[in-house]
Amino acid sequence: MAIEAKTPKIEIVDVHKQFAVPGGERQVVDGVSFEVNRGEFVAVIGPSGCGKSTLFNIMAGLEEPTSGELKVDGADAIGVRENVAYMPQKDLLFPWRTIAENCALGLEVQGVWKLEARKRARDLFATFGLSGFEDSHPFELSGGMRQRAALLRTVVQGRDILLLDEPFGALDSLTRIEMQNWLQGVWAKHEWTAVMITHDIREAIYLADRVIVLSARPTSVRLNVEIDLPRPRELSVITSPEFAAIEEQLIETLHEESRKALELQGTLL
Amino acid sequence: MTAVPAQDEKPIPETAHLRRARRPRLPSWVGLALPPLLISLGILAAWQIIVDHFELRAQILPSPIRIVTAGWSQADIIWGHALATLQVTAVGFTAALVVAWIIAVAVDFSPWLRRGIMPLLVASQTIPVIAIAPLMIIWFGFGLLPKVIVVALVTFFPVTVGLIEGFAKTDREAGALLSSMGAGRWKLFRYARLPSALPSFFTALRISIVYAVTGAIFSEYVGAKSGLGIYMSMQKNAFRTDLVLAAVAVTAVVSITLYLSTFLVERLVIPWASKERRARRGH
Ligand SMILES: Nc1ncnc2c1ncn2[C@@H]1O[C@H](COP(=O)(O)OP(=O)(O)O)[C@@H](O)[C@H]1O
Ligand SMILES: [Mg+2]
Repeated sequence: MAIEAKTPKIEIVDVHKQFAVPGGERQVVDGVSFEVNRGEFVAVIGPSGCGKSTLFNIMAGLEEPTSGELKVDGADAIGVRENVAYMPQKDLLFPWRTIAENCALGLEVQGVWKLEARKRARDLFATFGLSGFEDSHPFELSGGMRQRAALLRTVVQGRDILLLDEPFGALDSLTRIEMQNWLQGVWAKHEWTAVMITHDIREAIYLADRVIVLSARPTSVRLNVEIDLPRPRELSVITSPEFAAIEEQLIETLHEESRKALELQGTLL
Repeated sequence: MTAVPAQDEKPIPETAHLRRARRPRLPSWVGLALPPLLISLGILAAWQIIVDHFELRAQILPSPIRIVTAGWSQADIIWGHALATLQVTAVGFTAALVVAWIIAVAVDFSPWLRRGIMPLLVASQTIPVIAIAPLMIIWFGFGLLPKVIVVALVTFFPVTVGLIEGFAKTDREAGALLSSMGAGRWKLFRYARLPSALPSFFTALRISIVYAVTGAIFSEYVGAKSGLGIYMSMQKNAFRTDLVLAAVAVTAVVSITLYLSTFLVERLVIPWASKERRARRGH
């Protein structure tokens, strides 16, 4: 109501995070700042181990930053869990629950009556290409379907912000492209605000409105690039010169940071 | 636009089903039961032949046929004692389960309790039951109580440890997922830790139910009004080796039946676990 249209959905201001480890402090996040607007899809890439998941945990309210600000709709959101639905790197579907029951988990935890929660989840099964698998168990589904179920479980919670931690990281490249294509389509129909971690540069450019490149640990924002490719995007957009130009810019920065990350591994801590 | 690619949708059970349908086979329990039955029959036959051939005295080693006929002639009496033993086993084991669940859940919720109780649990297992069982009779008499305590003492430990380790097997990231959904410690337990622990619980249950029968018989052996343990003790004193062994055979049948019934209960309580195992093997 009182929220101005101009207020970003998420504001991260100079966030630092360090962990106590045996023999000292490990600086993981080192002054990260960026904003995410309402309805925007932002991709975050960075070398592995740089602190992407840590940043997500802070945004999900699971960890508190050592210093810095996190705001959602202009209000302090440190330690607040209600704004965000979180899709972890692993699908984490419980084998003792059917797919419909798994997808309803978030609602059930939030106190929605079981049958109502499952009904709400079932209503999305067609959109997520899972029709007919409501009563199957996770181990009966392919990797791509499991990932869609995990995404359904995230979306159905009806929260304002979706945090997707490498949602397609475990899939083979063909399934992955199909999933990206599908997600692109579903996205166009909804007004979801989302931040997605990925280490696939093409995935980031293809799906996102903006790509943020993080540096090696201790991490900070190296690049914050607007992706101006028109929507809906066809798969063929990948071969366009505009796409190639952005890709080149991102690859260069990312590889530079990955090299640093590798050297860092050599020095331990 | 929302068309969903269908290429990767190959549910496992259908292919597994086809594979099974192609070559007809005996029901799986026949394949499981046949080898041990054949081996047992072989051993019994050899036993019978040796006893007959060397004309061993029945007091030293009765033949299988003699054990069966002697046992059969006392079937009513043995059955009565077996029921008494079953009662001790059931009550003692139930007590063990209650204690194990209380301890395991408490320990799961409180790291402080975990540190405080675990050493005591281990210590409780170093108590020699042989020494404690006669004391139980001095303290509590010849009734149900001392035997129930002995059974509970030998069985609560594996179940407790199975449960504690089962809780700990929960995927760590499931905790983060559930917290992001707004779950507190109790909901984390209910939605993730408890179901994760059930397969380990049933494994522990299987092991300890056999201990329970042995424990019951041992406690009766030391002193009781009825039960297979005291029956064996009396027949031993009367030099009726055949009847002792008949009671042993009944004990084995009871133990095996209880052991197998845990599989049945597991299927009923957590049907997903065996399905998952089969799906994994089907890969
Ligand atoms: N609770 C923690 N205690 C100590 N170190 C941690 C903790 N969580 C993460 N880290 C460290 O922070 C770094 C970044 O981890 P993470 O955010 O998972 O990286 P990414 O997701 O980018 O691969 C790693 O070096 C990791 O060891
Ligand atoms: Mg990560």
